[in-house]
Amino acid sequence: MKKEMFEPFNSSDNNFEQCVKCTICTVYCPVLEVNPDYPGPKQSGPDGERLRLKDQNFYDESLKLCLNCKRCEVACPHGVKIGDIIQLARIKYSKKKPKVRDMILANTDIVGTMASTFAPIVNPIVALKPVRLMMDGVLKIDHHRIFPEYAGMRFETWYRRYAASKQTDFKKHVSYFHGCYVNYNFPKQGKDLIKIMNAAGYGVHLLEKEKCCGVALISNGLIKQATKQARHNVEAFKKSIVDKNMPVISTSSTCIFTIRDEYPHLLGVKNDEIRNESELATRFLFRLIDSGKLKLVFKKDYRKRIAYHTPCHMEKLGWSVYSTALLKMIPGIDFVSLESRCCGIAGTYGFKKENYKTSQGVGKPLFDQIESSDIDFVATDCETCKWQIEMSTTKKVEHPISILAEALDVEATVKLWQK
Amino acid sequence: MKFDNIIIGGGLSGLTCGIKLAEQGKKCAIVSSGQSAIHFFSGSFDLLGKMDGQDVKNPLEAIKILPDTHPYQRVGIENISRLVVEAPRLLDRAGLNFFGKADENHFVLTPMGIMKPTWLTIDDFTRFEQNDAFPWKKAVILNFSGFLDFHTLFVQDGLKKYGVDTQIKNFAMKEFEAIRRNPSEMRSTNIAKVFDSGDALDEFAQKVNQLSEGFEVVLLPAVFGLFTKNVALNLKAKVNKPVVLLPAIPPSVPGIRSQILLRKRFEELGGTYFLGDNVEEGTFKNNRLVAVQTNNHGDIKLEADQFVLASGSFYSKGIVATREKLYEPILGLDIDGDTDSEKWLDEKFFNDQPYMHYGVKTDSGFRALKNGKPIENLFVAGSVLGGANALKEGSGAGISLLTSLHVAEQILK
Repeated sequence: MKKEMFEPFNSSDNNFEQCVKCTICTVYCPVLEVNPDYPGPKQSGPDGERLRLKDQNFYDESLKLCLNCKRCEVACPHGVKIGDIIQLARIKYSKKKPKVRDMILANTDIVGTMASTFAPIVNPIVALKPVRLMMDGVLKIDHHRIFPEYAGMRFETWYRRYAASKQTDFKKHVSYFHGCYVNYNFPKQGKDLIKIMNAAGYGVHLLEKEKCCGVALISNGLIKQATKQARHNVEAFKKSIVDKNMPVISTSSTCIFTIRDEYPHLLGVKNDEIRNESELATRFLFRLIDSGKLKLVFKKDYRKRIAYHTPCHMEKLGWSVYSTALLKMIPGIDFVSLESRCCGIAGTYGFKKENYKTSQGVGKPLFDQIESSDIDFVATDCETCKWQIEMSTTKKVEHPISILAEALDVEATVKLWQK
Repeated sequence: MKFDNIIIGGGLSGLTCGIKLAEQGKKCAIVSSGQSAIHFFSGSFDLLGKMDGQDVKNPLEAIKILPDTHPYQRVGIENISRLVVEAPRLLDRAGLNFFGKADENHFVLTPMGIMKPTWLTIDDFTRFEQNDAFPWKKAVILNFSGFLDFHTLFVQDGLKKYGVDTQIKNFAMKEFEAIRRNPSEMRSTNIAKVFDSGDALDEFAQKVNQLSEGFEVVLLPAVFGLFTKNVALNLKAKVNKPVVLLPAIPPSVPGIRSQILLRKRFEELGGTYFLGDNVEEGTFKNNRLVAVQTNNHGDIKLEADQFVLASGSFYSKGIVATREKLYEPILGLDIDGDTDSEKWLDEKFFNDQPYMHYGVKTDSGFRALKNGKPIENLFVAGSVLGGANALKEGSGAGISLLTSLHVAEQILK
């Protein structure tokens, strides 16, 4: 019944009329706090929309300063899709063409394929200071930034060589949307997922040709390409979910958020048939455990003090509770909660020279919390939050799935469902 | 996902109820569709301010002659007398220091320059014993240049009636130049953030001391201490005259701080606060609510032994009126209100509007009614309850605090 309140008879394509001008969103905007050049979510979103509908010349390029964290939407008492309004305005009205740099940052698939092929050469080169200074000068990629290392063997290649054949041994099956980061930079996270899912009794399969979710294409204004990839992915998901009755799980909060919510809201790509069964691995596991269908057994000697950071898109999804609940199940974990704040990186946003200062300013309260919390490492579900925290604090960051994989007693877990 | 208690609504009622239950060891969750009306907090909680248009001197006495349908009467006078002592203590444990008496209203100066009776006032603000006099004769009203949410002329006009000689002064500081570049963002919360993070307060206090020379008292907008607690108190210590803070146009700085501290208290007690999520439907079995389904959690339903509906009134969409009908949008509960829409409004705007009394129907134990039958484990608290015009009476916060404490006690029985 609650749905009724979001579909009033007088609404436009987006629901900006529902804004009552309470300005609560502006309190929680992380950008506004450090960069007053940004007009803020209320002005950029519902207020500006009113004007832009009359004349698109009211569009203001400063909307690019929005890092699409959606914290305004989480705060809004009236369910206004403030973040979507801002992103859609950029898509519809921006006349500025994406720069070469934006295309390099956004095309994670192409760049990843090339870079991982030549990983032993690429990694040391892009880490060199003169190279970083050149990228700063020519491409305007801030020299403070260090690109995540590329893996020599892509996850997909590893999977086909070493994991694929074993997956048919299981009675139950899921597909895994690994995303670009796992494929090109950090295959270990994918391997950890397979370890857990196999221990839980599930075979893990890859989609028929997954493509980058497109989040970076959307934020860099490459909408045509993003839409094409979205359509491709929805079809690939359908083949798993509808045709084979296999849900799709992922370890990247941003990929899954983009596929579930940004595809229909920003790109107009319908995903009704797949949305409910496209989710994060932590949520999938939580559901199994919560409904008594699965029990995980953990090693007795695992002892760590861990702080969980809630990525913005997890805040929007409302799903950090699943990751934290799983972590708290590990007996040897001393769990520290961090106040939910944006880390400032927002994917490619923080790599751009013009955003570097804002990015670090936004993240500072989080970095201070982490530094003062006396922990072994930070846990989070988002890869770009991981880079940002590792670049900006002295702590390492692990994915909850990797922590579970490390702490899990595989044999004891398997025994529970095999008998 | 299983909890002992689930509260729908994360405002003053929901948080009070959640804190009380969590303090007694209950595993609680609050589902809140967005940030709450505490963001509009004036700095004071009213118990009963007005009756028949007259200021109430002793709310505890005056409550006794309210109609039987009023939430205070339904909680019971004895219970109320007890809970009015408990409420400020609960707030105090959350780090919110309120002062005032339930059997004797004090007064606060509003941003319209009038004295209003109230029950509890947070320590940022000044409590006055009389409403027919102002303790000082020469006052300076200070405002930040470019800050449009503090209307100094209203304050000046109001104080004139008390025979106070006032002067308005605006001032600028370089720390506020950045936020002033964007006139629509020169807001109280952004000014407060400057004081929170930097060392602007010392220079500011010096400036206040200079500008208030020759005056007995300084009036300022309440823009101190958003994420940091003691900014207003520190300011008062640094200024060499009494400082009277007045609420600015919302969002309210003391209000947001209160929301943050209440939520923090709830979470420190082990509570789970789901922000930005909506309850979409409930599963009922044998006159019991078994589980609720939310937008974010979908098929993973939230289960509990008892539920509390504290979803607010019309403004928070706890109840909704369309041209055709009046309804409770989350669980489809019975509404105490007129079915004939002609009777909802009194055409004289300032009259006691009938619709303001509408709310969810309950039995005497504050259990919600659905199709005429009480739902055994679903309690209702706060402004979603009918039976009072909180605006006319000055009773909104009192009803929220006391009915939620009462409901929590029913659950703990």
